[in-house]
Amino acid sequence: MALDKPYLDIPGTTIFDADQARRGYHLNQFCMSLMKAENRARFKANERAYLDEWPMTEDQKQAVLARDLNRCIALGGNIYFLAKIGATDGRSFQQMAGSMTGMTEQEYRDMMLAGGRSVEGNRHVGEDGDAQAHRQPQGRAGGQRA
Amino acid sequence: MARITASVYTSHVPAIGAAIDLGKTAEPYWQPLFEGYEPSKAWMKANTPDVIFLVYNDHATAFSLEIVPTFAIGCADEFRPADEGYGARPVPVVKGHPALASHIAQSVIQDDFDLTIVNKMDVDHGLTVPLSLMFGQPEAWPCRVIPFPVNVVLYPVPSGRRCFQLGRAIREAVASFDEPLNVQIWGTGGMSHQLQGPRAGLINSAFDKAFLDDLIADPETLSKKPHIEYVREAGSEGIELVMWLIARGAMSDTPPRVARRFYHVPASNTAVGHLILENT
Repeated sequence: MALDKPYLDIPGTTIFDADQARRGYHLNQFCMSLMKAENRARFKANERAYLDEWPMTEDQKQAVLARDLNRCIALGGNIYFLAKIGATDGRSFQQMAGSMTGMTEQEYRDMMLAGGRSVEGNRHVGEDGDAQAHRQPQGRAGGQRA
Repeated sequence: MARITASVYTSHVPAIGAAIDLGKTAEPYWQPLFEGYEPSKAWMKANTPDVIFLVYNDHATAFSLEIVPTFAIGCADEFRPADEGYGARPVPVVKGHPALASHIAQSVIQDDFDLTIVNKMDVDHGLTVPLSLMFGQPEAWPCRVIPFPVNVVLYPVPSGRRCFQLGRAIREAVASFDEPLNVQIWGTGGMSHQLQGPRAGLINSAFDKAFLDDLIADPETLSKKPHIEYVREAGSEGIELVMWLIARGAMSDTPPRVARRFYHVPASNTAVGHLILENT
């Protein structure tokens, strides 16, 4: 019997479950390695060479090099692991989260200051909220990562 | 005998820790948030316990994907602030209470809650940000802390029901410890937030406020809320709120006194909720 996944119909959301964790194991473990200062330095000195030390897929390596967090998550990454890449780059959690929406940093910050993203229209796939697939990208940064 | 006197609930947003560490608390963005915790800091000074049993989640810090315990209890003498990728937070080392922690572990495991015992662990912002919010920036934390990390990162996380019942078992365990310790239990994380994907930035104040109401007045019913409702209504990381039910479950059955209630949006990506409930 397949695992029950009642969360698949939530738009713009990937739940980090056993299947995703298996797919992303080495990607996430690579991220963990960046918690050591000497590893951060080695990664920054030659990102490609450092990634090649890990049994990750080429797609995963390319997604990391491009800092495409949506792609990293689709390939099994989890945001708390991926955040170590952002920390290595000196980026805040808000910058990282915003980068996944297609908004510029300022647009995303403004949305949060205005009370955040509404849940209306964003509960189920097929509604018309701003997180739905047909409304991506959401902002002026969208061209870079669409 | 040891007794649980109060419970504290708060979000543990990492940016709050960074704002404290970098001296930004008076900036217009942060000022309303920190002002909201001033009465709580005063309460904390007047009500400093001997031990805090601190429920939080590890954010891929002490636990990589190699080992993912659902419920773990820190039984060490001390726990160092972790380097989460930015360098370790400049906060004091956390001193544990190994005797009480081991006693609670033995008691709740025999009560059918199979905890993972942790004797060496660094603690991340999930644990240190609540301490900073409630104590400010002391040279040393003024009491002992038992870290209690819960898995809310890898699905499935424990149910609200299981968390609430675990709280009840912790209550019994504390009450059977021979030393006359004043113990607080803290539940941290939440409130509504989502850190990933095109739905990042989700905030649901109506959900959050109803959660606070129910946590105070009807936690038993609240504990039956299914996972999917947290994720759909409060965001993929809003699921952290199940941890608050552990702390609430450890309170007595008589209605608590609400010593503090505060809610603020935003802190970075997150809605900040905060309660102090006293046993009466």
